[in-house]
Amino acid sequence: MRAIVSVIGKDRTGIIAKVTMRLFELGCNVEDISQTVMHGSYFTMIMLITLKEGLAIGTVGDALQSVAEELGVEIRVQHEDIFNSMHRI
Amino acid sequence: MLNRQEIIQTISMIKDQHLDIRTVTMHLSLFDCISEDAARTADNVKRKLLSRAGRLKEVVEEIQSKYGIPIVNKRLSVSPVSLIGAASGGWREIALAMDDAAKTVGVDFIGGYSALVQKAMTKEEEAFILTIPEVLASTDRVCASVNVGSTRAGINMDAVKLMGEVIKRTADLTADRDGIGCAKLVVFANAVDDNPFMAGSFNGVSEGDCVVNVGISGPGVVKAALESIRGESCDVLSETIKNTSFKITRMGELVGREAAKALGAAFGIVDLSLAPTPIRNDSVGEVLEEMGLSAVGAHGTTACLAMLNDAVKKGGTMASSHVGGLSGAFIPVSEDIGMIEAVRKGALSLDKLEAMTSVCSVGLDMIAIPGSTSAATVSAIIADEAAIGVINNKTTAVRVIPVCGKEEGEVEFGGLLGHAPIMPVGKENADAFIARGGRIPAPIHSFKN
Repeated sequence: MRAIVSVIGKDRTGIIAKVTMRLFELGCNVEDISQTVMHGSYFTMIMLITLKEGLAIGTVGDALQSVAEELGVEIRVQHEDIFNSMHRI
Repeated sequence: MLNRQEIIQTISMIKDQHLDIRTVTMHLSLFDCISEDAARTADNVKRKLLSRAGRLKEVVEEIQSKYGIPIVNKRLSVSPVSLIGAASGGWREIALAMDDAAKTVGVDFIGGYSALVQKAMTKEEEAFILTIPEVLASTDRVCASVNVGSTRAGINMDAVKLMGEVIKRTADLTADRDGIGCAKLVVFANAVDDNPFMAGSFNGVSEGDCVVNVGISGPGVVKAALESIRGESCDVLSETIKNTSFKITRMGELVGREAAKALGAAFGIVDLSLAPTPIRNDSVGEVLEEMGLSAVGAHGTTACLAMLNDAVKKGGTMASSHVGGLSGAFIPVSEDIGMIEAVRKGALSLDKLEAMTSVCSVGLDMIAIPGSTSAATVSAIIADEAAIGVINNKTTAVRVIPVCGKEEGEVEFGGLLGHAPIMPVGKENADAFIARGGRIPAPIHSFKN
């Protein structure tokens, strides 16, 4: 199962490191990653990840919430099909 | 592969523009629950609701977590109870069983305390309708609806007369809560069988045993899209609404199919309605103002609403294999901040709302009226709306709330039902017309001018 992880918030050091470390601990593989910093401080990162079998998206989302709080950013984990259904026929 | 912009757009719709699935509604047939004994029928109803809908909440919450899309309401809807209780006369017992089951499975409303009397009322149906006020006053989650007219059958004016009295009685019995019972009662013309939205949802008699229908929303998304094309022509406006509606509906279809599969139910339809809530940036009124009106109710409102409604349908129809329900734009006054503000500043009257209902989905919805309004006048309001629906081959409805002891000011219904300024009704009356009863014949289907 593949999901999109999005991280949005104020830029600071260690965002990618902390998020990917947590994903690694959960057994998720990062397949694609892109990040930008807009207007000098607004950070957005989007990752396409594959979850190991049996792992629910909700579990990954919950696990990343503590990282989000620590970093002061918003993190969402959503099944890729919601984006595919909206933007692809 | 998805591109970054598309992903950000979807996230922004959810995060900033209040995009959500408004309701996942499980529709259940209760025809296999009928017996001649009231207690046994109610027992059968409760058992069926608990067995089929026991996992509804859990499944919907799993889907919400998987896709990261808020699913605001989980609801149940059943076959018209007038028919299910006809053999036993145990309509009240069924209503209590429905209320209990709704609380146990954790849904906020259960629809289907309904009767379809567009042509005539049997004596059982009349007796059923008379139970509505007491049932709405003594239950928390049961919603009722009565269909009084259709393009094929005409308008049952005996039922129209009766419903004016039923609405007044319901308001009286729930007077201590500003007539809240009336917020759970809809009078329809051309009611649809697969509407997932409350209070008018029921499982039509030709529907399957267990069907999941989904209602999507998203006025905030449409408004945000329109903000980026200010000053452009109506062609661009219509195209932008269509594109937005397409995207929203695709998401509804995904959720509906997944919910149906997980619940072992059939997937019915996506109802692609723009359903507002009383918060800012989630308002159909604000969309109309973004189209170029200084306030809802200005001259031009009907034209804007007609285009909005049509474009929503066109975009949504392309996006889903089964579109149904009411599909269009809702204009419930108390549930829409743009409408509330327009009424407050005197821009929007009942007369203009009536004109708007001739081009949008549904009708005069969630409108508080003075407590002194007579039953005959409520019936006359229903008759006018039914006439618009029957002649124009569309669904119309009336959900008005006479607020006992109040002639003006505002009432608070709470939650999604919002708050409403009391709107004045006409000073003249149609008492002699309503007293006639009988049936307005079905309209002719040619010579359309």
